[in-house]
Amino acid sequence: MAEHAMYFADESARRRYIAINIVKKVFLYLFITIFALFMLTPFLFMIFASLVDATAFEQFTLFADFSKLGFENWTFSNYQAIFAKTYINNLGKEVARSSFAQYFLNTIIVAVSSTAVTVVTAVLAAFAFARLEFKGKNLLFALLLATMMIPGEMMVITNYQTTIQLDWKFTFSALIFVHGVSVFYIYYLRQTFQQIPNELYLAAKVDGVTDIGYLFKVMIPIAMPTIMTILILSLMGAWNSFIWPNLVANGNWLQGKGVKTNYDMRLVSNGLMSLFSSDIAKGQDAIKIAGSMVVTAPLFVFFIVFRKYIMRGVSRSGIKG
Amino acid sequence: MAEKIKERNEEMAVEEVKLTPEGAAVLELKHSTSHLIAKRRLVTLPQWATAWIVLIPAMIFLVFFMFYPIINTFFMAFVQDFRWVDGAGSFALGNFFSALGNTCAQMDKKTGECLITNSIPSFGFDNFVTVLSNQVFLKSILNTLELVIIEVPLTIIISLLIATFLNSIKALRGLYQTIFFLPYVTNTIALGLVFQMLFSSGQGGIINMVLSNFGRSPVNWISPYPTQFDGPASRFHQGVVIVVYSIWTGLAFKILVFMSGLATIDKQYYDAAKVDGSSSFTIWRRITLPLLSPQILYITITSFIGAFKMYTGVMSVYSSLNKGAYYFGGDHGEEWMPIVGWIYKQLDENYLYPGIAAAGSLVLLAIILVITALQFAVSKKRVHY
Repeated sequence: MAEHAMYFADESARRRYIAINIVKKVFLYLFITIFALFMLTPFLFMIFASLVDATAFEQFTLFADFSKLGFENWTFSNYQAIFAKTYINNLGKEVARSSFAQYFLNTIIVAVSSTAVTVVTAVLAAFAFARLEFKGKNLLFALLLATMMIPGEMMVITNYQTTIQLDWKFTFSALIFVHGVSVFYIYYLRQTFQQIPNELYLAAKVDGVTDIGYLFKVMIPIAMPTIMTILILSLMGAWNSFIWPNLVANGNWLQGKGVKTNYDMRLVSNGLMSLFSSDIAKGQDAIKIAGSMVVTAPLFVFFIVFRKYIMRGVSRSGIKG
Repeated sequence: MAEKIKERNEEMAVEEVKLTPEGAAVLELKHSTSHLIAKRRLVTLPQWATAWIVLIPAMIFLVFFMFYPIINTFFMAFVQDFRWVDGAGSFALGNFFSALGNTCAQMDKKTGECLITNSIPSFGFDNFVTVLSNQVFLKSILNTLELVIIEVPLTIIISLLIATFLNSIKALRGLYQTIFFLPYVTNTIALGLVFQMLFSSGQGGIINMVLSNFGRSPVNWISPYPTQFDGPASRFHQGVVIVVYSIWTGLAFKILVFMSGLATIDKQYYDAAKVDGSSSFTIWRRITLPLLSPQILYITITSFIGAFKMYTGVMSVYSSLNKGAYYFGGDHGEEWMPIVGWIYKQLDENYLYPGIAAAGSLVLLAIILVITALQFAVSKKRVHY
């Protein structure tokens, strides 16, 4: 900083300058801290509220009161309830219910396979647009970019018909393939691929490497950080997807076909919505909060591990879900 | 094979490595390798062929789930009384062409009787007339506009302030940056529930707790049912919850973009301004803002477009009322219904007549295009690249 090089008329002017600076800094930190608390409050509330039993939650008022509760009220019963496959209804009978374990499994299947499809299509297409020359390349790419302007609802309307037409309702195919390609990821990867110097390509050609060989031996290894970012963002997007699954897979197979197995096709977000109205959570806010916590926690773990990739990828995009 | 490789390696062997004046390495080969390359060219595919082969996977998905849907939805919006039949040839375009050929949409296979007669669709603006005279749709446009106009500028201003402040501190900057980014990696519905609880008039309602500390009676923020202290939630109070929640979720991305913009500004400008004795505010107004204008433009455009497509954020605020995914407050679930919410409700509840939803989505597209064009026109004068 330039402070040490500044000159003051006398000692008191220097002191005043320092004092003003300190006051400024204090206000700065105060402002930022207040906003940081605003950002953190929902998370803290969620963690605390999910860990107390129902009666304690009823008495729960502020965080201050929470510390007085003591550890005897801490419980994992809320979590046990949402992962249980059965519950006791008000008639005392044990009834089967869809557990969050099922939603987790569904979501992991969809997230992993749709990410795999998306990454493969994006890498191959980006390679064609970045490295290869063919007729109509610029026109096709402009067409792709133009679709980014169009609201997704326009596609959803027809995709919903296609889904019913192909008998894909309540199947993994509808959840995986309909979003099998992402124009943004193609665009993002193409940018990275284009930064790879041309000389490498010529050198590879001299060595007799084919175009496809060059993609796998040179381009993919160099662009690995970008591909990682795409992988992570795509996984997170699948985890948070709500609108499309809500239309095509909000329920179980029984609803769609005459299949006997009661196989719930919901993903976590839709499962969470259905938990809110389920019997086990009726009037039990702590259980609802535990459901929210269970959906959010894997994202946090993901964020902590892959912070670098996520923040870099997001700062270049505007996508979510 | 091994011999061949050896032979080739010998032919390709580097005799000498020279450095050009620019410092680039030049390999001088013992023998000319052009004949080798020529041989290999014969077996490798031409570039255009490789290109189309690697494009096939992406193109399949693009054609079926992106290009076709856009054309199809566009088409449906202009067909009068379009009825989508769940059966053979029921893709909208196919439906249209089959209707040209025969007048029977669905035939009883055994008796040959016609179950549903098909009138040949005619084109027109009927769907748009229906949509634009629908009170709920018009209300949803006004709702969206109202929320966008309040929420977007507020979020941008707050995130700009936080970003400049974060940029001027050194200690704990990384920690704060992470905290401010956290809302981005959360599930909209999960956190929507948390905000409902924070604003609830029952237990855990921190906001009402604070209000009662100031001697105010607890407010019913969300629920359409009267509480012990308050009547049904007013439109204003519901709007406050929606705006607070969308600001909370929206800040993270904008702060991140502004921070990366600020990092690229040359420190020399600030040093020069300090030597001139400019105040902090003047520096911010005259240096930071103009140099950050590309990022501000980018954020303004993307957040306006994003905000016009708001849906889950609004819906999740009402999620624990157990009224489904198309409830947006009030007695009929329309109090704060956004445009996209209206479209999805139409699609889900009325999917045999998708023309209405299609027309609604085209209206949304038109609004987005107009807003974007306006912003570009304004930005031409204001943005420094």
